Amino acid sequence: MNPKMACQGLQKGETLATLKKECESLKKKLEEDRGKLNDVELHQVAEKVEVVGALSIKTRRVLKGHTNKVLCMDWCKDKRRLVSSSQDGKVIVWDGFTLNKEHGMSMPTTWVMACAYAPSGCAVACGGLDNKCSVIPLSLDSNENCAAKKKTVAMHTNYISGCTFTNSDMQLLSCSGDGTSALWDVESGQLLQSFHGHTSDILSLDLAPSETGNTFVTGGCDKKANVWDMRSGQNIQSFECHESDINCVKYYPSGDAFASASDDATCRFFDLRADREVAVFQKDSIVFGASTVDFSLSGRLLFAGYNDYTINVWDVLKGTRISMMFGHENRVSRVRLSPDGTALCSASWDNTLRIWA
Amino acid sequence: MTSNSNLSNMRRLVEQLKLEASVERIKVTERLVSQAAAELQQYCLQNAAKDALLVGVPTGSNPFREPRSCAVV
Repeated sequence: MNPKMACQGLQKGETLATLKKECESLKKKLEEDRGKLNDVELHQVAEKVEVVGALSIKTRRVLKGHTNKVLCMDWCKDKRRLVSSSQDGKVIVWDGFTLNKEHGMSMPTTWVMACAYAPSGCAVACGGLDNKCSVIPLSLDSNENCAAKKKTVAMHTNYISGCTFTNSDMQLLSCSGDGTSALWDVESGQLLQSFHGHTSDILSLDLAPSETGNTFVTGGCDKKANVWDMRSGQNIQSFECHESDINCVKYYPSGDAFASASDDATCRFFDLRADREVAVFQKDSIVFGASTVDFSLSGRLLFAGYNDYTINVWDVLKGTRISMMFGHENRVSRVRLSPDGTALCSASWDNTLRIWA
Repeated sequence: MTSNSNLSNMRRLVEQLKLEASVERIKVTERLVSQAAAELQQYCLQNAAKDALLVGVPTGSNPFREPRSCAVV
């Protein structure tokens, strides 16, 4: 490079020495500012809040029917129906009140790792080892074979780990072992937006509550939780605090924060405006990975399912464990609060689902 | 030659740090963890009464807690 060219763009009086000095002072200022953002922890702010009273949450229903591990479930907006998917290749729609199996559909591959109920309640989406996410309209006629009407919407180059409809039946968000997530038009199957940034499998996604706009969060094997803008495809925030795979991410009900569950046996809580981790839910006695989390309606309770077959209930504000929910006889793969917050459903590798209230 | 590339590298670094510093400044003026935490707490407390799993609900209003009638299949 010719010396004259290198000097272009240099301002008057600038030398290596002055730039170095400017560098040092900027670094110092940055450190100071970052320190200010970290002034206090969530549980310190919440010191004066009353402790949570004894919870009276018990198993109220046990849903039996799958013949292998239940990997995923989702509630219908009507607060009583739910859909579950399993390693047995089946997707079942249940009436949670009566335990009636309303629909049972067989998928072409085993390990249906993701399923979701459409907002209208008229369809479900599912996907897994087939690398595709399909939408199945639910027929009112129980004799009709629903699986025949299955429509492929999402196509990835590795397994589907999570899927969700956006605010309508018209769009579907998927995440995959191929490290990408994508937004699809259900009717045409067209790819509307793809999201790149993870450097390994994505294991979970969650859409921000509708009031807070068009963003979603993903977590995966690269130990990162990323927040995305659905319209631009941009990764707007990234958090790397876990020490192992992130198995699940879930927004706090206000949309201003989210929680994560990881193989490092901790669950963590991240505030989006402070742009940092504000709580870690861990105990020396908890050594098994956490696979799933969900909040109670007010966000005060965090239900977390673990590979030691239990569900721990954490006080989100105080960072302490309130109680444990026992019952499953194998890993808990998914926990989901019902739409009105009156019940929690858990899915497990023991082939059953439980509804707790 | 190396001193010139050092200079342009240093320039690039200064620009990047300036960008990061301006972002941090915005964050600090907008939000502190204490403020964000206070808002999270407020949300919890404001919605606590409606949270059935937290406070429990009067008997009869939680359909899952009601005894089920048996159906003859």
